[in-house]
Amino acid sequence: MSLTILTCGYVPLVDCAPLIVAKELGFAEDEGIALDLIAQPSWSATRDMLALGHLDAAHLLSPMPIAMSLGLGGLPGEIDALMVLSVNGTIFGVSNAIADQIGATFGDVRSVAAGLAGLNTDRLRVGVPFHYSMHRLLLEYFLRDQSAPRVQIIAVPPARMADAIADGDIDAFWVGEPWGSAAVARGVAQLVLPGSAIWAFAPEKVLAARHDWIAENPAKVRHLMRAVYAAAKWLDTPRNKPLAVEILARSEHLNLPAELIDPAISGQITPGAHHSPAHVDRFLLFDSQAAHFPWRSQAAWIAQHLGADAQGIQRAKACFRSDIYRDVLGPAGADLPGGSEKVEGFMRHATAVASTRGHMILGPDAFFDDKIFDFTPEN
Amino acid sequence: MIDRTLRILVVEQDQERARNIIDALIEAGWPNARAIGNTSRLEREIAAHTPDIVLIDLANPDRDTLEQIAVATESRERPVALFVDRTDEDLTQAALAAGVSAYVVDGLQMNRIRSVLETAIARFQIMRQMQSELDAAKRALGDRKTIDRAKGILMRQRALSEDQAYQLLRKTAMDQGRKVIDVAQALVTAADLLG
Repeated sequence: MSLTILTCGYVPLVDCAPLIVAKELGFAEDEGIALDLIAQPSWSATRDMLALGHLDAAHLLSPMPIAMSLGLGGLPGEIDALMVLSVNGTIFGVSNAIADQIGATFGDVRSVAAGLAGLNTDRLRVGVPFHYSMHRLLLEYFLRDQSAPRVQIIAVPPARMADAIADGDIDAFWVGEPWGSAAVARGVAQLVLPGSAIWAFAPEKVLAARHDWIAENPAKVRHLMRAVYAAAKWLDTPRNKPLAVEILARSEHLNLPAELIDPAISGQITPGAHHSPAHVDRFLLFDSQAAHFPWRSQAAWIAQHLGADAQGIQRAKACFRSDIYRDVLGPAGADLPGGSEKVEGFMRHATAVASTRGHMILGPDAFFDDKIFDFTPEN
Repeated sequence: MIDRTLRILVVEQDQERARNIIDALIEAGWPNARAIGNTSRLEREIAAHTPDIVLIDLANPDRDTLEQIAVATESRERPVALFVDRTDEDLTQAALAAGVSAYVVDGLQMNRIRSVLETAIARFQIMRQMQSELDAAKRALGDRKTIDRAKGILMRQRALSEDQAYQLLRKTAMDQGRKVIDVAQALVTAADLLG
């Protein structure tokens, strides 16, 4: 049987792992597709290539399809998220000088907030990879009610984050792995918070495609989603993790050494040069707690924090295609939640919820300040 | 008609490439073209010189920084990506194929910048072709060195003439359905390991 070629763009980060595993372990081939993974130099380029039809699908930051569909940013377009590729996995780090001043404990939100408030500076320059990123949304969400110095956000390509902090161009960064660990390994920064300390279950990357392409290519969509789903399941099986690190390090797609890939996959984060690794629960999820389910309420939260009005929030919900997820992955064995929206931030602990197969555990999905967000129509 | 007043900013780290693009623009009648090497100065540059168009390689990772400036700037005159205006599909696709991305300051009409883009696209294509020819030449030179070393190994170990050594490499490659360079590379690697 000849394989259908499917081109998929990605930015080389640990969280594109489901795509690499789908290709390298043959999950894509099992579905009859030859997955052509094409590394992209920037998020802007990934977006342009996808929107202008040079890619069938892409690994995108979760706010990107929503921003594009709302007409925000450099290139509007009708882009949908078929599924969530990864949950959490980002990290907030500061320069050694700032770390010395704030003296915070890794992962302790209150002490980091107090430390930032006490900084003897009038502005904090923070590097994020892209304007429409969960990184920026979490940073702004974290700092909006704090008495922190004025924050200036600067977009810096992730691979250059360590250089930027070493050169003094930025004071802090919010970045996806391995670039936080890479900055620590170079001795130029210390990590203070994993993204999950701000929102315990933040959709980070999505598998995105053009709305029209999805409608016109139901078979390709089905095969791609099934392959990525199988890869995500494989990745979140604890005994596979060492092998996963090995495969990601050996594949030509990331071009990163195993020791930089391992922290994100194992959840063992080394916050500073002289620290021992700390285990971060749910540092990066691909499959656990239905991580790949594209909750319409997640899209709504993103839209709200991008400044959308009620109409925009409805528009955003439609971009997260839980309808397709149900149609395609239900028959493939995925457990399906009773609804496609949840009250974001409601679960402080892991919680059993009603589902088609009856064993779905979700959460926690709480925010650091215990706020909840209910986007159901009557609210 | 050429619009001499257009201010053009080129973001390009490689000085020779940058000069090349600027020269092409000046030759084509836009004297107000300048280049910067990296985006750390970009925001200041945009504020100080208010370019009408910013040209940047599609593959430049600094594009994300430029996008940030474009969306987050306070100024009313924000640069927006060329691809937003998809009224001219041919031009958009030509720019994409050549690897040109342009940011155009709000409100500038497509017809005012069309010829700037055409010039940039043509120059990017020439530079890309030169680069791939250079790469091909370097590769060919590298391949020849590897094949020479493999021939040398065979000549010493098996007491063959140079011609016989090459014939043996060629025959092995044909028998195995591989390229001569791949067989030669394997032999050189093995010899390095054993040597």
